[in-house]
Amino acid sequence: MGATAAVELRHITKTFGSVVANKDVSLTVNRGEILSVLGENGSGKTTLMNMISGIYFPDDGQILIDGKEVVIRSPKDAFDFKIGMIYQHFKLVDVFSAAENIVLGSGEKGRFNIRRSAKRVKEISEQYGFEIDPMKKIYEMSVSEKQTVEIIKVLYRGADILILDEPTAVLTPQETQKLFRVLRRMRDDGKAIIIITHKLHEVLSLSDRVSVLRKGEYVGTVMTAETNEAELTEMMVGKKISLNIDRGEPKDPEDRLVVDHVNCVSRDGVQLLSDVSFTARSGEILGIAGIAGSGQRELLEAIAGLQHLENGEILYRNPQTGSTDNLRDKTPLQIRELGVRLSFVPEDRLGMGLVGNMDIVDNMMLRSYRKGKSFFLERKEPKGLADRIIEQLEVVTPDVNTPVRRLSGGNVQKVLVGREIAASPTVLMAAYPVRGLDINSSYLIYNLLNQQKEKGVAVIFVGEDLDVLLELCDRILVIGSGQVTGILDARSATKEQIGLLMTKTNGGDACEHA
Amino acid sequence: MIAAFIQRAVVQGIPLLFGSTGEIITEKSGNLNLGIPGIMYVGGISGVIGAFLYEHSLPSPESINPFLAVAIPMLSCVLGSLLMGLLYAFLTVTLRANQNVTGLALTTFGTGFGNFFGGSLIKLVKTDMPSISLTATSGCFRQTLPFADKLGWFGDIFLSYSFLAYLAVILALVSSFVLNHTWVGLRLRAVGEDPTTADAAGISVGRYKYFATCIGSVIAGMGGLYYVMDYACGVWSNDGFGDRGWLAIALVIFAVWKPNMSILGSILFGGLFIVHNYIQSLGVSIQEIFKMLPYVVTIIVLVIVSMRKRRESQPPAHLGLPYFREER
Repeated sequence: MGATAAVELRHITKTFGSVVANKDVSLTVNRGEILSVLGENGSGKTTLMNMISGIYFPDDGQILIDGKEVVIRSPKDAFDFKIGMIYQHFKLVDVFSAAENIVLGSGEKGRFNIRRSAKRVKEISEQYGFEIDPMKKIYEMSVSEKQTVEIIKVLYRGADILILDEPTAVLTPQETQKLFRVLRRMRDDGKAIIIITHKLHEVLSLSDRVSVLRKGEYVGTVMTAETNEAELTEMMVGKKISLNIDRGEPKDPEDRLVVDHVNCVSRDGVQLLSDVSFTARSGEILGIAGIAGSGQRELLEAIAGLQHLENGEILYRNPQTGSTDNLRDKTPLQIRELGVRLSFVPEDRLGMGLVGNMDIVDNMMLRSYRKGKSFFLERKEPKGLADRIIEQLEVVTPDVNTPVRRLSGGNVQKVLVGREIAASPTVLMAAYPVRGLDINSSYLIYNLLNQQKEKGVAVIFVGEDLDVLLELCDRILVIGSGQVTGILDARSATKEQIGLLMTKTNGGDACEHA
Repeated sequence: MIAAFIQRAVVQGIPLLFGSTGEIITEKSGNLNLGIPGIMYVGGISGVIGAFLYEHSLPSPESINPFLAVAIPMLSCVLGSLLMGLLYAFLTVTLRANQNVTGLALTTFGTGFGNFFGGSLIKLVKTDMPSISLTATSGCFRQTLPFADKLGWFGDIFLSYSFLAYLAVILALVSSFVLNHTWVGLRLRAVGEDPTTADAAGISVGRYKYFATCIGSVIAGMGGLYYVMDYACGVWSNDGFGDRGWLAIALVIFAVWKPNMSILGSILFGGLFIVHNYIQSLGVSIQEIFKMLPYVVTIIVLVIVSMRKRRESQPPAHLGLPYFREER
């Protein structure tokens, strides 16, 4: 096998600062073969592939193409070795036609003749069974058509080693089937194909072999025919690690927030949430687990009034008045005044929660400025709050007047969470509140969430680390492709259970039969 | 009468055509160069300086060499506007300064630069007139085809112009062809639309922005030169150029970023600019209202283009924004 390997990675290691993204990873892919690279979020799949496609350069280890050791320093080098990568985020010029995008950067010589190029595009698409109109403009295309353009783009450049980064994340089951048919055809044509994914059923239906990564480390490679979902899940999530997070019993929980059959559709018509129902109880931490982008963000935004609901209801049981309000008809401001707090911390902390150029005090005031009675700003109270947060949460900052964007990620996080908690919410939603934080800060945040729980707040915690979810939460809701795939008791659930639910879509293997 | 009007409209329009062709090329790379008025002004004064030095080095105006009389001002004009373009590109591409601020600063700077050297030259010749007259040089620039005036109205409308006017039209047609039918044009458009994608396709974004901005500036600068040497018959007076630079930028929008459209647009703008001279018995105040017409037309075009929402007639998507690779 080794002699014909199209790509062979030997002991690849890559670190970003102190974070090890890939550690001693070795894998091979042959011609006429589809290899799946399987792993959770942050397991280093994309980083590894970026080293083959020339975006990153490995710190250690070797890359061999057709048995010869090579150095890939840039995407251009990768093209020269006939490696083509299809990213999750399409790199296409909107006002150009498909053909124009495909020939752009193809390094083609000779006179520019878009008709001739369009003809070649047509030939390639017929060879592999794509359906594409070369003269159609990108802005008129569906997501699946755009992806097709991306794939043809690399084929047009003569790539025979293709890497696809989660290609099915944006596709419908039917489109996925179509893509798989094309990929199989390319495999039969002798191309080497690597597909990054975390969907087990796709791995099993498409690939010949599977390589599994976990937290940047290479776990192993198995033949698809000789494995099953349970084995792959175990390889993917690994053994349970104990973190020693304190977890108290919920004190007289009562239903606080009832989410009932909620549906959300994006502006492009993609179903973001389908038929989501659950209940968040007071004095309890409800964890939400799922592959990134499965609808967690949309779910929280829907509760906070930032996302339009197609149908369904979000009912809030007010603990003071005992009345029930439907949040669906309320503006974000009204919802916030009821005590529902969203501490939303996606990749972009400064995007939704804080204003980077303003100092900590001013950021506190973003939540309280409406309370002011006079024409002038009242800064005393927010300053006191800022001082309290800095002291209690050990925020490292020169003073309260430092612009928030100059603080480190962890400290920005503490300011944001601190402010939301200070408003004494009745529902606290935190999305990835510990992302990018060191261990100590993470535990600080866990303790804060636990304190809120003791106070009788209904806490919703979106997390990515399954170990944390299992130890911190009381119940765990698992979401997959915008659907609730299960709600588990965190005290008795196992990592494998959650892992399986995360990678499954309701309605079984729709892709298999579609 | 009509023929004379059209002829004057064309002569009025040519500086705008140079300016807008240059600006379109620049904007296609995603650089919104609001320094164009200043650059055209600098192009004009640079040409004047070159011509002034040459004319004053001659023993007598009759001994002028027509080739040098054209080549020297042309070269100094190219050099002056090229330096302005380089300055803009350096500030916005290399240092990633705000494009609007940089452009407006260059316009202010260019006007000041022109007026300073214009004033200095006027001092040097020690005349009572607040202007410099370069009639001999202008005569060489204004050479027309010998048989043009023998062909009646046809000659007046089509053949009565100097070579710079035809150069403006040719440059616009060539730019149009390059943008739409060559590799360079495709890549340039990609840079202005989506620099991240262009970068990933192996196109050097910075280099394209530099080249487009510099070439655009040089072309725009020629508009200033045409204005002095041809339209104004070689007479430079400070601030005589007026707001032609802004009209050129308005013309870019009018032409929906298509150089061949701006050929027609420039003649229309030129016509609108002078139409008040051709309508009898207009008061001075009404004349000023007529001078507004090109801008009114531009606003109307903007409204129509925005309402139609055709993606092809929108400005380049990344216009006015800096590109920084690490910021993805």
